[in-house]
Amino acid sequence: MKLLVRLIHDSRPIIAQVVKDTGVLINVDRARSDAHEGEEALVDVPDESCILVSERMRALGAEVRILEEGIRHDEEECVDCGACISICPKRVFSFDDEWKLQVETKNCILCGRCIISCPHAALSLSY
Amino acid sequence: MEKSIDEINRRIRDGSARVVTADEMPDIVSELGEEGALLEVDVVTTGTFGAMCSSGAFLNFGHAEPPIKMERLWLNDVEAYGGIAAVDTYIGATNKSVTRMESYGGAHVIEDFISGKAIELRAQSSGSDCYPRRSISTEVRLEDLNQAIMVNPRNAYQRYDAAVNTSEDTLYTYMGTLLPHNANVTFSGAGTLNPICNDPNLRLIGSGVPILLGGAPGMVVGEGTQHSSAGNFATLMTTADMNDMNTDFLRAAYMYRYGPTLYLGVGIPLPVLDIETVRRTAVRDEDIMVSIRDYGVPSRSRPVLGQVSYAELKSGSIELNNEEIKTSSLSSFRRAKMVAKTLKRWIEDGQMTLCLPTRYLDPSKQAKPMRETRKVVLVQEIMQRKVVTIKEDQEITEAAKKLLRGETNHLPVLNDQGRLTGVVTTFDIAKAVARPERKIKVQDVMTRNVITTMADEPIDIAAQKMEHHRISALPVVDAQNQCIAILHASDLGKLFKPGGGRP
Repeated sequence: MKLLVRLIHDSRPIIAQVVKDTGVLINVDRARSDAHEGEEALVDVPDESCILVSERMRALGAEVRILEEGIRHDEEECVDCGACISICPKRVFSFDDEWKLQVETKNCILCGRCIISCPHAALSLSY
Repeated sequence: MEKSIDEINRRIRDGSARVVTADEMPDIVSELGEEGALLEVDVVTTGTFGAMCSSGAFLNFGHAEPPIKMERLWLNDVEAYGGIAAVDTYIGATNKSVTRMESYGGAHVIEDFISGKAIELRAQSSGSDCYPRRSISTEVRLEDLNQAIMVNPRNAYQRYDAAVNTSEDTLYTYMGTLLPHNANVTFSGAGTLNPICNDPNLRLIGSGVPILLGGAPGMVVGEGTQHSSAGNFATLMTTADMNDMNTDFLRAAYMYRYGPTLYLGVGIPLPVLDIETVRRTAVRDEDIMVSIRDYGVPSRSRPVLGQVSYAELKSGSIELNNEEIKTSSLSSFRRAKMVAKTLKRWIEDGQMTLCLPTRYLDPSKQAKPMRETRKVVLVQEIMQRKVVTIKEDQEITEAAKKLLRGETNHLPVLNDQGRLTGVVTTFDIAKAVARPERKIKVQDVMTRNVITTMADEPIDIAAQKMEHHRISALPVVDAQNQCIAILHASDLGKLFKPGGGRP
């Protein structure tokens, strides 16, 4: 399960603290530091530990959003061209035997590179 | 053995014609042999579905009351051509909306018409005795128009070169997003299903031949613009009625930072007349080669980095300089196959019969580049050959005097060998005077990182350098880094004076 964690400036090392407290291994998919919006990290945690980790992070002062899915794929707009396939750093997109686009959102790190690369505006982020 | 077109049409009419899609043909020929395939198969249907920028439609709105001759007009704020009378226009797919996001263009107007949506029409006129009205604003739907005839100047490219990017920046092109350092390859085209790849000598595809265009029955008008069959880059001009089209085979698109374009399905049925037709329609992806071109070089003749087949491109990755690169198709093979299958069904149902070209296309034509009669203006045409310079070890008071006398703001600084090592500006001198300390020599105050130009550099590139670095002069150097002249931003003004460099 993916969690979007927003940290407050000058805060303690929250992710490290939560790993230590809960013993759950947290994988940081992507992290961003922005002068205006603070720090944001996209982390991956095992589904069964999702509530435990997010509650602990909130207790330490972080804003946490549980993301149900990765990139959103609009099958009506999609024409199965495959422009997204080589753009994605995580092999989220592939063709099946019938040249229909398959989207493995589980691998998605929400980097957004495919969104602008889709000629048909068929990809969007759901958060 | 040969079959006549009449015989094939007779079979289509009585429902006994054997129709196959072009991607099925290679295996049929392998299995039955050429003679066997000729006996067995009557029609091969082809198809392609991809970005076809050079597309558009003629529209007729009917006359208003009082009547207007529309001289400038906009459809959902996308300008359409106003140079044909009076309520006729041509809407081109790539024109951008003047008010909406740049991702909305002519292609979207066309798709919206086909989806049954209302489109805002605004038009202006200078008025005349016969067409007194000066402006109009209304909403129209496809069903309100007298005609909506798609006529596309350049469709169904035989094949298209693949694209990579060796530069350090991500490029956003009509070939999609090209990641830096050859990190991906993009390509377009249906390969084995492509119409002209199955008839490369243009024996069957020509004027008047029936096609599927955007889901509608249409026909080939003739050769497309930039038709270059000699180099295997043949194109077609196509037409069909927009009223018969549907969005399964026509989709507006937006290429990021390039602009709007139209994704279109085009398919052509080929009558299997003789062994030559069988041989040509047996073409496989492996047989169709394209070049890989470097879009990192901003020139018409982009360097070719290698050759690759559609089979390799469609496999998901190719090898270039011993590295594996992921590929992305921009056209849809799945939809191309839908086009070929739909055509197959039309013919099996007897809805479409075939004909031979009423006029043949030139199979040996070569497209030319643009003739440019005005030469690119070079730096040497407007640079100042009389240039005042100073030596590194001279004192700044000397530099100040030269700047005053020379009526210039920039003094190129030379070393003992006469090579350019820096530039001193009035600003540098002022700084030195304001903070005297021990800075008394030119070399203590000069700017060492000098942006220069050369006599044979195009003026547009020199101007871009000044703008990019926010400077107002460029020393002109030769190959030995000797300062031979200077180009001031104010010299660019000469280009616009009578008798200046630019005619």
